[in-house]
Amino acid sequence: MALLASSAATVLAVDAPNPWFNPNYIQDNADTILAALRQHFILTVTAVGIGALLALPLAVLARRFRTLSAAILSGSTIIYTIPSLAMFAFLFPFTGLTIETVIIGLVLYSLVILVRNFLAGLQAVPAEVREAALGMGYGPARMLVLVEIPLALPTFFAGLRIATVSTVALATVGVLVGFGGLGNVLISGFNNNFFRAPIATAAVLCVLLALAFDLLLALSARLLTPWSRGRQ
Amino acid sequence: MSVLRDAVVYLNDPLNWTRTNGLLDRLVEHITISAAATAAAAAIALPLAIWFGHTGRGGGFTVALSNVSRAVPTLALLIVFAVTPIGFGNRATTIALALFAIPPILTNAYVGFREVDRDIVESAGAMGMSPLQIIARVELPLAVPAIMTGLRTAAVQVVATATLAALVGGGGLGQPIVLAVAQQNDGLALAAGFLVAVLALVTEAVLVLAARLVTPGPVARRLPRRLQLRTETV
Repeated sequence: MALLASSAATVLAVDAPNPWFNPNYIQDNADTILAALRQHFILTVTAVGIGALLALPLAVLARRFRTLSAAILSGSTIIYTIPSLAMFAFLFPFTGLTIETVIIGLVLYSLVILVRNFLAGLQAVPAEVREAALGMGYGPARMLVLVEIPLALPTFFAGLRIATVSTVALATVGVLVGFGGLGNVLISGFNNNFFRAPIATAAVLCVLLALAFDLLLALSARLLTPWSRGRQ
Repeated sequence: MSVLRDAVVYLNDPLNWTRTNGLLDRLVEHITISAAATAAAAAIALPLAIWFGHTGRGGGFTVALSNVSRAVPTLALLIVFAVTPIGFGNRATTIALALFAIPPILTNAYVGFREVDRDIVESAGAMGMSPLQIIARVELPLAVPAIMTGLRTAAVQVVATATLAALVGGGGLGQPIVLAVAQQNDGLALAAGFLVAVLALVTEAVLVLAARLVTPGPVARRLPRRLQLRTETV
């Protein structure tokens, strides 16, 4: 009889309620979720930031030297085809279980997108504009900073938006070496007996983070290029 | 470079390839899952794209689908599927991957159909071609390069995503990578990463070649369209 009573009181794990959205989970684990969100934010901003800093000089050089631009275009196709898990596996023997492993991988992917867009933006500056600037006595450096980069800004920002949104998505794979931002929360839900609340929370936060970055960049592009507003 | 030597030694040991659940088994598993997923996605997306593209309907839906799918991490979707009745394992992975592969195939094929010169379609109609003839003999041949670009994008993406399945208990070549990191085995990490990268690059190359073979028209025009950078990676 005692046995029967105890077995009746036992709730099997499969029968336990496992809602997708659970306010209690979010409340109890706010610290963990916010830390993961912060890591995700840092991963994305660092990777895209470094990528942009490297992409600009590379794009300027690639425009001047035809061989370099051909090398960059074919090299970027190859890098972009390598799956992120393989990329992190390549880096793992050298940088180990550190955040650097994830950041280096993400920088490579964002660099590849950005250098292509930056190059396209610079190449799209009309030759007449460049000639007019030359006629007005602009040197190469002043022409780049005051004429070419401002005119290429819309294309630059289009590249930044694509790079940022895909970096947010890719960062989750960093969980392979323990630094995946919200990816850590995703996997923890899977490993904790398919606990749905962390999975749904992290997935939604990932999408919201990507949308927030996208919106912010679209807004910055509008503010920085007031002349292109009429054309849209 | 002892890591490099370890990786070469690992790849050179025949037993690592031929034993049960060795690299060969994983490779076959990876290719089978990827091929099945891409084929299933094409079977769903292509008829839809042909219908949308021919009638000009569903453009908004197609664009929205491809934009939204870029913002959703594939790893997140894979894990979400794993805790639904779809579950995990190879069959579930195939279903999940097929769903990921639909947007690129659908979008590219749709755009390919819409980019067919309307004058050509109109003159085909004026020559007495039925709608089905217009689709099969006019629009489809002209849209082949775009359709092949979509298939290539989808296939490479599927091969890449299939490695992520290893993080949620799936098979394929992602498994030795996850194992290598768990065991801190640097040589294996390098070796397995190399195999996955090669598989993705070979997939890309094979499909570029296939596109060249199936594109109708004179040889000079059969060169692939300017290799566009895919905006999705996984």
